[in-house]
Amino acid sequence: MEPAIRVRGLRKTYAGAVAVDGVDLDVGQGEVFALLGPNGAGKTTTVEILEGYRKRDAGEVSVLGVDPAVAVGGHKRARGWRDRVGIVLQGTGEFDELTVGEVVRHFARFYPRPDDPVAVVERVGLKEKADARTHTLSGGQKRRLDVALGIVGRPELLFLDEPTTGFDPEARREFWQLIRDLQAGGTTILLTTHYLEEAEALADRVGVITRGRLIAVDSPARLGHRDTAEATVSWRTPEGALERTRTATPTEVVADLAERYGEVPGLTVTRPTLEDVYLDMIGDAA
Amino acid sequence: MTLLARSQGRLEVKQFLRSREQVVFTLAFPAIMIVVFGSIFDQEIAPGVGYTQYFVTGMIGTGLMTVAFQALAIQIPTERDRGVLKRFLGTPMPKWVYFAGKVLMVAFIAVLETVILLGVATMFFGLDLPDSGTKWLTLLWVAALGITACTLCGIAFSSVARTGRSAPAVVTPVALILQFISGVFFVFTSLPGWMQNVAALFPLKWICQGLRSVFLPASFGTQEPGGSFNLPTVALVLGAWCVLALVLCLTTFKWTTKRDG
Repeated sequence: MEPAIRVRGLRKTYAGAVAVDGVDLDVGQGEVFALLGPNGAGKTTTVEILEGYRKRDAGEVSVLGVDPAVAVGGHKRARGWRDRVGIVLQGTGEFDELTVGEVVRHFARFYPRPDDPVAVVERVGLKEKADARTHTLSGGQKRRLDVALGIVGRPELLFLDEPTTGFDPEARREFWQLIRDLQAGGTTILLTTHYLEEAEALADRVGVITRGRLIAVDSPARLGHRDTAEATVSWRTPEGALERTRTATPTEVVADLAERYGEVPGLTVTRPTLEDVYLDMIGDAA
Repeated sequence: MTLLARSQGRLEVKQFLRSREQVVFTLAFPAIMIVVFGSIFDQEIAPGVGYTQYFVTGMIGTGLMTVAFQALAIQIPTERDRGVLKRFLGTPMPKWVYFAGKVLMVAFIAVLETVILLGVATMFFGLDLPDSGTKWLTLLWVAALGITACTLCGIAFSSVARTGRSAPAVVTPVALILQFISGVFFVFTSLPGWMQNVAALFPLKWICQGLRSVFLPASFGTQEPGGSFNLPTVALVLGAWCVLALVLCLTTFKWTTKRDG
């Protein structure tokens, strides 16, 4: 099956400064792919090239089988491409004096096979706000409206650029459920985020981008050899001192401890979190 | 397709009507100006022809320019800053639909504003409305062509201001100077020759001249530069501006800010 997104050797420079420096990337159909990286690493530039907002300097890009640069030029071959792609940008413009329902209904008209606007408003959790002017929404509610506008055309591929920035934890959980529902419906999703637990909760695979280069791509569980990395075993001695040791065989260590102390006080066994390996990676690259 | 444009136009009008202070100021401004000027200059410029008869043409013209050119040249950079344009660009909406929405909004406001202006001027300042079908027809085509030219110029000019914040500073002087040199506040032929020549390059002077042929007696045509109202040239110049501005719109319009690349 042809990947939903295929990128080879993507490069982009701004006035001599390299923003994207030879990125290769494949995102399969139906996959949720999270792009992680510090600010200024090239995440948004990469995504906006895929969305057709920016021109690239070099490399091959195919999004749903179409080169976005061609699609934006209004080329015949690319007709209908925008119908199939949903975009949730970072911080987008509001329609202050219109209501949530009006905006979603209007955007639905742009697409050939739109979803029911009322159902979409309900899915993003804005049912009670359907008749509210958009300028009265909270930050998180505005973001949900952004998502509603991104999915109302029933896209095959959805771009989400830092979708949950500014959400409270509860709103984030609800948002994650929405993404899982979309994924279950077969939508391919490319997500950028600052939140590692978000990538871990949602993504089939994550890619770490720093200084314009994609330095690692793997499942969240395996990124940076997390799954096989040495574990840290820590416990307290009878005197109360904290002891810790790094080991490839934690089970053996725990068995030894159990033999020595019986019930081991303060016993923990941890492997590196996604955050640990991520910080290691971007630290090494910098 | 045209359905989409109508829907876009409705949306724009709705947004306009819901910002109350904008509605009041935009619609009432020309009428207030006619109250001010009509009260100051209440003499006749010729036997049986009140000053209002001249001044109303300038007010209609300047009203059209304000809602079409000035308002759009300020509103569009603001929408660009807020990312509204970028959002539209990411949808399958054909680009012309956005422009069509603006044209419909401007036409709606311009018609409403002109009707209010003519109403106030007729009721309180003795304005004589056009007395023949031909004159009404002239009013209609001059206004329609003028609105189109000014709207397209406003959209084209929206790319000059780099941010919404700087837009008023960029646009207001242009609009103000055009008003002074185009015969809105002063009788056009009383202006210095070089000023008349500069004004003749821009649409506002021709809109006002066309409107004078509607509201002033035919005998006043001899006082125009060139000795007549010269309606064919009015149509020609306004038409040329429509074409020029359309080309500029299509080639230079900016959907994203510089920061967006």
